[in-house]
Amino acid sequence: MKKKLGIAVTVAALVGSFSLGFTTTASSAATPSLPTLTKGFLTIGTDDPAYTPWFDSNKPTNGKGFESAVAFAVAKQLGYPASKVKWVKAPFNTVIQPGKKKFDFDINEVSITPERAKAVDFSTGYYDVAQALVTTSKSKIAKAKSIADLANAKLGASVGSTSYATITGVIKPKAKPAVFDTNDIATQALINGQIDGLVLDLPTAFYVAAASLKDGLIVGQFAPKAGSDQFGLVLTKGSALTKSVSAAVDALRANGTLKALAAKWLSNTAGAPVLK
Amino acid sequence: MTYQPSPLRLQREAARRRVSRQSTLVALISTIAIASVLVIVVTGAPGFKLVRQSFFSWHYAVSAFPHVLSGLWLNLRVMVIAEIFVLILGLLIALARTSHSPILYPIRLIATIYTDIFRGLPLLLVLFLVGLGVPGLQISWITNSAVVLGTTSLVLTYSAYVAEVIRAGIEAVNPAQRMAGRALGLTQSQTQSYVVLPQALRKVAPPLLNDLVSLQKDSGLISVLGAIDAIRSAGIETAQSFNFTPYVVAGALFVALTIPLTRFTDWLTRKQDRARVQQGQW
Repeated sequence: MKKKLGIAVTVAALVGSFSLGFTTTASSAATPSLPTLTKGFLTIGTDDPAYTPWFDSNKPTNGKGFESAVAFAVAKQLGYPASKVKWVKAPFNTVIQPGKKKFDFDINEVSITPERAKAVDFSTGYYDVAQALVTTSKSKIAKAKSIADLANAKLGASVGSTSYATITGVIKPKAKPAVFDTNDIATQALINGQIDGLVLDLPTAFYVAAASLKDGLIVGQFAPKAGSDQFGLVLTKGSALTKSVSAAVDALRANGTLKALAAKWLSNTAGAPVLK
Repeated sequence: MTYQPSPLRLQREAARRRVSRQSTLVALISTIAIASVLVIVVTGAPGFKLVRQSFFSWHYAVSAFPHVLSGLWLNLRVMVIAEIFVLILGLLIALARTSHSPILYPIRLIATIYTDIFRGLPLLLVLFLVGLGVPGLQISWITNSAVVLGTTSLVLTYSAYVAEVIRAGIEAVNPAQRMAGRALGLTQSQTQSYVVLPQALRKVAPPLLNDLVSLQKDSGLISVLGAIDAIRSAGIETAQSFNFTPYVVAGALFVALTIPLTRFTDWLTRKQDRARVQQGQW
């Protein structure tokens, strides 16, 4: 039934474009023949809420924000113009669940790790990410200069993030870290002084420090080895699309699109000192 | 002369044995039939191998176990402390609600409003209000520990349930008992504590334990405030590997924790039923 509807829509769209006298443009000349969920359309998943600066105003469809822009760029590279892109809400647990997913790929700041790659397929990385520590000017770690200064701090992170691994693996404070479901709850705990600092990926850290906190500041970032922590698009394990999607990401990296989009949507992250 | 069962009795006993043998056989066959249908349906499912891999992987169960267990230690402490406070607060509220003296009217009113509000509010909201709202007030002498505030939220919510259960027990005690106590020269409060409450609590022990079992499971909800309990530890492990086995490990540990309490509840109920039959109350 669903399939038939999809075919009907595609046929209608084709008929529509012919009757309006459109000449097919070069990029979509090869009608996309990828085995997507809905033929002729590319279905992209992300969580709800989708956070700034990765998305804008929780509207993945508007093409604003880094990941929304990257998703549309990948779609275009695969031959799907914006009108052929469908967005679905995919909370974290549905992204990592076994079996078939409800999207062709998911884009939601998911770090690529070899262990995770046993359960899902990843595209090549579209963003090299560093972790950073945010706090408020009142906090006792506001003036910390090194990782040693953080030994007695109570730090927080979101569940599912590599930020937690940064606390337990890199900072190693004495107090047990606090782990929250979302960045919003974690930020509230920071405002309340229930935690001394919050570890986030660097672009999110800049956003939280500037927009969510009144007196927020970035203590510093934790530099990983280049390319050791990358965000990747998530696909069903063994998906027929993985190769094409990875090729599209590679092409966007090679022609500078990824760099340009990062410069446009993510604040200049060079200002954060590296904590050692 | 020794007792000789009549032929009729022997016949009846043989018939009973036959029926009992038959029902055992039927029960056995139907259990096997249903179990095999379940096994065939589940293991024959196209995604079975995938599901087994992501929910029942021995490798991930072993690696997650110590983390989940250390989280469970937090659950245990929270549930024991919360249970003690819930029982005390619940009893006090129940006593307030069942008081009769006109001078206690405001207390009765407060107790009624309390149970209405905290039985109606979702626990998650209470957790956010107490766990994030109270520290937001920045009052220096109030703790901002997630565990303490989370336990407080559990106590607030569950004491409202428990108060209602205990109140039902108190009201189920026949008023004649109270009058009898007074007629014997006991004061109002002596009647309450020596005549009414012992009977009331005995009546409601099974539903009371039911609430405590429920509290044990909900103790994990304090993880929304940042505390790392068994479920949250499982979540952290799952996020690293994209494998759900750690949740199954946490679930198994929770079941292991609640089974003794549920068995105890069953045993208590049966014992009471037997006692009642013997007293001829049925």
